[in-house]
Amino acid sequence: MDVNETIESLKKQMAELKESTEKNQLSMVVFSGDLDKLLASFIIATGAVAMGLDVVMFFTFWATSALRKKKAKVKGKDFFGKMFGFMLPKGSTKVKLSKMNMGGMGTAMMKTLMKKKNVQSLEQMIDLAAELDVKIYICEMSMDLMGFKREEMIDYPHRNFVGVATFLEVAGNSKIQLFI
Amino acid sequence: MSDEIKVDVEMDLKGLACPMPVIKVSQQIKKMTTGQILAAETTDPGAHTDFPAWAKTSGNEILKIEKGDPESKFFIKKLK
Repeated sequence: MDVNETIESLKKQMAELKESTEKNQLSMVVFSGDLDKLLASFIIATGAVAMGLDVVMFFTFWATSALRKKKAKVKGKDFFGKMFGFMLPKGSTKVKLSKMNMGGMGTAMMKTLMKKKNVQSLEQMIDLAAELDVKIYICEMSMDLMGFKREEMIDYPHRNFVGVATFLEVAGNSKIQLFI
Repeated sequence: MSDEIKVDVEMDLKGLACPMPVIKVSQQIKKMTTGQILAAETTDPGAHTDFPAWAKTSGNEILKIEKGDPESKFFIKKLK
Protein backbone atom coordinates (compact mmCIF):
# COMPACT_ATOMS: atom_id res chain seq x y z
CA MET A 1 0.00 0.00 0.00
CA ASP A 2 1.41 3.38 -0.84
CA VAL A 3 1.76 6.11 1.73
CA ASN A 4 -1.05 8.29 0.46
CA GLU A 5 -3.47 5.44 0.63
CA THR A 6 -2.43 4.68 4.17
CA ILE A 7 -2.92 8.29 5.20
CA GLU A 8 -6.34 8.38 3.59
CA SER A 9 -7.46 5.25 5.39
CA LEU A 10 -6.12 6.58 8.68
CA LYS A 11 -7.98 9.85 8.19
CA LYS A 12 -11.15 7.91 7.56
CA GLN A 13 -10.65 5.87 10.71
CA MET A 14 -10.02 9.02 12.74
CA ALA A 15 -13.24 10.57 11.50
CA GLU A 16 -15.17 7.45 12.40
CA LEU A 17 -13.62 7.40 15.85
CA LYS A 18 -14.49 11.02 16.43
CA GLU A 19 -18.06 10.28 15.46
CA SER A 20 -18.42 7.41 17.90
CA THR A 21 -16.65 8.83 20.95
CA GLU A 22 -18.69 10.22 23.76
CA LYS A 23 -19.62 13.86 23.94
CA ASN A 24 -18.95 16.16 26.84
CA GLN A 25 -22.36 15.30 28.16
CA LEU A 26 -24.14 14.12 31.31
CA SER A 27 -27.33 12.12 31.14
CA MET A 28 -29.43 11.42 34.15
CA VAL A 29 -32.48 9.27 34.82
CA VAL A 30 -34.63 11.07 37.37
CA PHE A 31 -36.89 8.34 38.70
CA SER A 32 -37.68 9.52 42.21
CA GLY A 33 -40.46 11.94 43.01
CA ASP A 34 -38.96 12.80 46.41
CA LEU A 35 -37.99 16.37 47.16
CA ASP A 36 -34.51 15.50 48.42
CA LYS A 37 -33.60 13.36 45.42
CA LEU A 38 -35.03 15.88 42.97
CA LEU A 39 -32.95 18.60 44.61
CA ALA A 40 -29.82 16.49 44.34
CA SER A 41 -30.60 15.84 40.66
CA PHE A 42 -30.91 19.53 39.87
CA ILE A 43 -27.83 20.48 41.87
CA ILE A 44 -25.77 17.94 39.92
CA ALA A 45 -27.36 18.99 36.62
CA THR A 46 -26.70 22.71 37.07
CA GLY A 47 -23.25 22.07 38.53
CA ALA A 48 -22.42 19.97 35.49
CA VAL A 49 -23.25 22.87 33.18
CA ALA A 50 -20.77 24.99 35.14
CA MET A 51 -18.20 22.25 34.52
CA GLY A 52 -18.78 22.60 30.80
CA LEU A 53 -21.06 19.60 30.22
CA ASP A 54 -24.29 19.45 28.24
CA VAL A 55 -26.98 17.97 30.46
CA VAL A 56 -30.02 15.86 29.68
CA MET A 57 -32.40 14.87 32.46
CA PHE A 58 -34.76 12.01 31.64
CA PHE A 59 -37.81 12.15 33.92
CA THR A 60 -39.61 8.89 34.41
CA PHE A 61 -42.12 7.29 36.76
CA TRP A 62 -42.66 9.15 40.06
CA ALA A 63 -40.44 12.04 39.01
CA THR A 64 -42.85 13.07 36.25
CA SER A 65 -45.38 14.35 38.76
CA ALA A 66 -42.85 16.92 39.97
CA LEU A 67 -43.07 18.55 36.55
CA ARG A 68 -46.83 19.05 36.66
CA LYS A 69 -48.35 22.50 36.79
CA LYS A 70 -49.72 23.59 40.14
CA LYS A 71 -53.16 24.13 38.74
CA ALA A 72 -54.24 22.56 35.53
CA LYS A 73 -57.71 21.50 34.60
CA VAL A 74 -57.33 18.65 32.18
CA LYS A 75 -60.27 17.05 30.49
CA GLY A 76 -60.69 13.60 29.08
CA LYS A 77 -59.04 11.50 31.82
CA ASP A 78 -60.37 8.07 32.65
CA PHE A 79 -61.04 6.83 36.19
CA PHE A 80 -57.45 5.71 36.89
CA GLY A 81 -56.04 8.86 35.34
CA LYS A 82 -58.18 10.95 37.64
CA MET A 83 -57.12 8.83 40.63
CA PHE A 84 -53.41 9.19 39.88
CA GLY A 85 -53.88 12.86 39.16
CA PHE A 86 -55.48 13.33 42.54
CA MET A 87 -53.12 11.14 44.58
CA LEU A 88 -49.79 12.29 43.16
CA PRO A 89 -48.22 15.67 43.93
CA LYS A 90 -49.19 18.54 41.66
CA GLY A 91 -45.78 19.91 40.84
CA SER A 92 -42.49 20.70 42.49
CA THR A 93 -43.96 22.64 45.42
CA LYS A 94 -45.92 19.60 46.57
CA VAL A 95 -43.26 16.90 46.59
CA LYS A 96 -42.18 15.45 49.95
CA LEU A 97 -38.95 14.32 51.56
CA SER A 98 -38.10 10.63 51.22
CA LYS A 99 -37.31 10.50 54.95
CA MET A 100 -38.62 12.37 57.97
CA ASN A 101 -41.64 13.74 56.15
CA MET A 102 -43.74 13.28 59.32
CA GLY A 103 -47.03 14.10 57.67
CA GLY A 104 -45.55 17.10 55.91
CA MET A 105 -43.99 18.66 59.01
CA GLY A 106 -40.49 17.44 58.16
CA THR A 107 -40.74 18.76 54.62
CA ALA A 108 -41.94 22.16 55.84
CA MET A 109 -39.10 22.30 58.35
CA MET A 110 -36.56 21.37 55.70
CA LYS A 111 -37.86 24.15 53.42
CA THR A 112 -37.56 26.69 56.25
CA LEU A 113 -34.05 25.51 56.99
CA MET A 114 -33.07 25.72 53.32
CA LYS A 115 -34.28 29.29 53.15
CA LYS A 116 -32.33 30.15 56.29
CA LYS A 117 -29.15 28.58 54.92
CA ASN A 118 -29.68 30.21 51.53
CA VAL A 119 -30.01 26.89 49.70
CA GLN A 120 -31.99 27.23 46.47
CA SER A 121 -35.50 25.81 46.46
CA LEU A 122 -36.53 23.16 43.94
CA GLU A 123 -38.52 25.77 41.98
CA GLN A 124 -35.49 28.06 41.81
CA MET A 125 -33.34 25.13 40.70
CA ILE A 126 -35.75 24.29 37.86
CA ASP A 127 -35.67 27.93 36.70
CA LEU A 128 -31.89 27.94 36.92
CA ALA A 129 -31.69 24.70 34.92
CA ALA A 130 -33.85 26.28 32.23
CA GLU A 131 -31.60 29.32 32.15
CA LEU A 132 -28.54 27.07 31.80
CA ASP A 133 -30.06 25.12 28.88
CA VAL A 134 -30.41 21.84 30.77
CA LYS A 135 -32.64 19.62 28.65
CA ILE A 136 -35.56 17.81 30.24
CA TYR A 137 -36.90 14.72 28.52
CA ILE A 138 -40.11 13.30 29.89
CA CYS A 139 -40.94 9.62 29.56
CA GLU A 140 -44.05 9.33 27.44
CA MET A 141 -44.93 5.89 28.78
CA SER A 142 -44.89 7.01 32.44
CA MET A 143 -47.17 9.88 31.60
CA ASP A 144 -49.52 7.64 29.71
CA LEU A 145 -49.53 5.12 32.57
CA MET A 146 -50.47 7.70 35.16
CA GLY A 147 -52.82 9.49 32.83
CA PHE A 148 -50.85 12.74 32.74
CA LYS A 149 -51.52 14.92 29.72
CA ARG A 150 -48.89 17.02 27.98
CA GLU A 151 -50.81 20.20 28.72
CA GLU A 152 -50.52 19.68 32.48
CA MET A 153 -46.72 19.66 32.36
CA ILE A 154 -44.79 22.86 33.12
CA ASP A 155 -43.70 25.00 30.19
CA TYR A 156 -40.00 24.30 30.38
CA PRO A 157 -38.00 25.72 27.46
CA HIS A 158 -35.99 22.60 26.57
CA ARG A 159 -38.69 20.04 27.15
CA ASN A 160 -39.24 16.95 25.07
CA PHE A 161 -41.48 13.92 25.32
CA VAL A 162 -39.51 10.80 24.53
CA GLY A 163 -39.15 7.06 24.95
CA VAL A 164 -36.40 4.83 26.28
CA ALA A 165 -34.53 4.60 22.98
CA THR A 166 -33.97 8.35 22.94
CA PHE A 167 -32.59 8.23 26.44
CA LEU A 168 -30.29 5.34 25.61
CA GLU A 169 -28.95 7.12 22.56
CA VAL A 170 -28.18 10.19 24.67
CA ALA A 171 -26.73 8.07 27.47
CA GLY A 172 -24.53 6.19 25.04
CA ASN A 173 -22.99 9.47 23.95
CA SER A 174 -22.46 10.74 27.49
CA LYS A 175 -19.40 10.76 29.69
CA ILE A 176 -21.45 10.41 32.83
CA GLN A 177 -24.73 8.57 33.35
CA LEU A 178 -26.67 8.72 36.60
CA PHE A 179 -29.85 7.17 37.96
CA ILE A 180 -31.55 9.04 40.78
CA MET B 1 7.94 44.40 46.46
CA SER B 2 4.28 43.61 46.30
CA ASP B 3 2.76 41.14 43.91
CA GLU B 4 -0.70 42.69 43.77
CA ILE B 5 -2.97 40.90 41.32
CA LYS B 6 -4.74 43.21 38.89
CA VAL B 7 -8.37 42.24 39.17
CA ASP B 8 -10.77 42.88 36.25
CA VAL B 9 -14.04 41.75 37.81
CA GLU B 10 -15.01 41.39 41.47
CA MET B 11 -17.83 39.11 42.56
CA ASP B 12 -19.53 38.92 45.91
CA LEU B 13 -20.86 35.40 46.41
CA LYS B 14 -21.04 35.53 50.19
CA GLY B 15 -23.95 33.62 51.67
CA LEU B 16 -24.60 31.54 48.57
CA ALA B 17 -24.68 27.77 48.98
CA CYS B 18 -23.58 24.97 46.66
CA PRO B 19 -23.90 24.85 43.65
CA MET B 20 -24.43 28.60 43.18
CA PRO B 21 -20.85 29.91 43.65
CA VAL B 22 -19.46 27.67 40.92
CA ILE B 23 -22.39 28.39 38.59
CA LYS B 24 -22.10 32.16 39.04
CA VAL B 25 -18.35 32.07 38.51
CA SER B 26 -18.63 29.93 35.37
CA GLN B 27 -21.24 32.27 33.92
CA GLN B 28 -19.12 35.32 34.67
CA ILE B 29 -15.96 33.79 33.21
CA LYS B 30 -17.83 33.13 29.95
CA LYS B 31 -18.41 36.89 29.57
CA MET B 32 -14.75 37.75 30.11
CA THR B 33 -11.81 37.66 27.71
CA THR B 34 -8.77 35.40 27.91
CA GLY B 35 -6.20 36.61 30.41
CA GLN B 36 -8.65 38.61 32.51
CA ILE B 37 -8.82 37.99 36.23
CA LEU B 38 -11.89 37.40 38.35
CA ALA B 39 -11.88 37.77 42.12
CA ALA B 40 -14.71 35.94 43.86
CA GLU B 41 -15.51 36.13 47.54
CA THR B 42 -17.45 33.22 49.00
CA THR B 43 -18.46 31.82 52.37
CA ASP B 44 -19.24 28.36 50.99
CA PRO B 45 -16.91 25.93 52.79
CA GLY B 46 -17.12 23.56 49.81
CA ALA B 47 -15.56 26.20 47.56
CA HIS B 48 -12.05 25.26 48.67
CA THR B 49 -12.32 21.99 46.81
CA ASP B 50 -15.01 23.04 44.32
CA PHE B 51 -13.28 26.01 42.72
CA PRO B 52 -10.03 24.11 42.03
CA ALA B 53 -12.04 21.17 40.62
CA TRP B 54 -14.05 23.51 38.44
CA ALA B 55 -10.95 25.40 37.26
CA LYS B 56 -9.17 22.17 36.34
CA THR B 57 -12.14 20.86 34.33
CA SER B 58 -13.00 24.12 32.62
CA GLY B 59 -9.38 24.97 31.84
CA ASN B 60 -8.95 28.06 33.98
CA GLU B 61 -6.33 28.89 36.58
CA ILE B 62 -6.60 29.76 40.24
CA LEU B 63 -3.80 32.25 40.91
CA LYS B 64 -4.29 32.76 44.59
CA ILE B 65 -6.62 31.95 47.46
CA GLU B 66 -6.95 34.38 50.35
CA LYS B 67 -8.21 32.04 52.99
CA GLY B 68 -10.37 33.60 55.65
CA ASP B 69 -13.02 32.63 58.13
CA PRO B 70 -15.75 32.42 57.02
CA GLU B 71 -15.14 34.21 53.72
CA SER B 72 -12.35 33.40 51.30
CA LYS B 73 -11.28 35.17 48.15
CA PHE B 74 -10.39 33.29 44.99
CA PHE B 75 -8.40 34.89 42.17
CA ILE B 76 -9.20 33.15 38.92
CA LYS B 77 -7.52 33.77 35.58
CA LYS B 78 -9.41 33.00 32.40
CA LEU B 79 -7.18 30.85 30.24
CA LYS B 80 -9.41 30.11 27.26
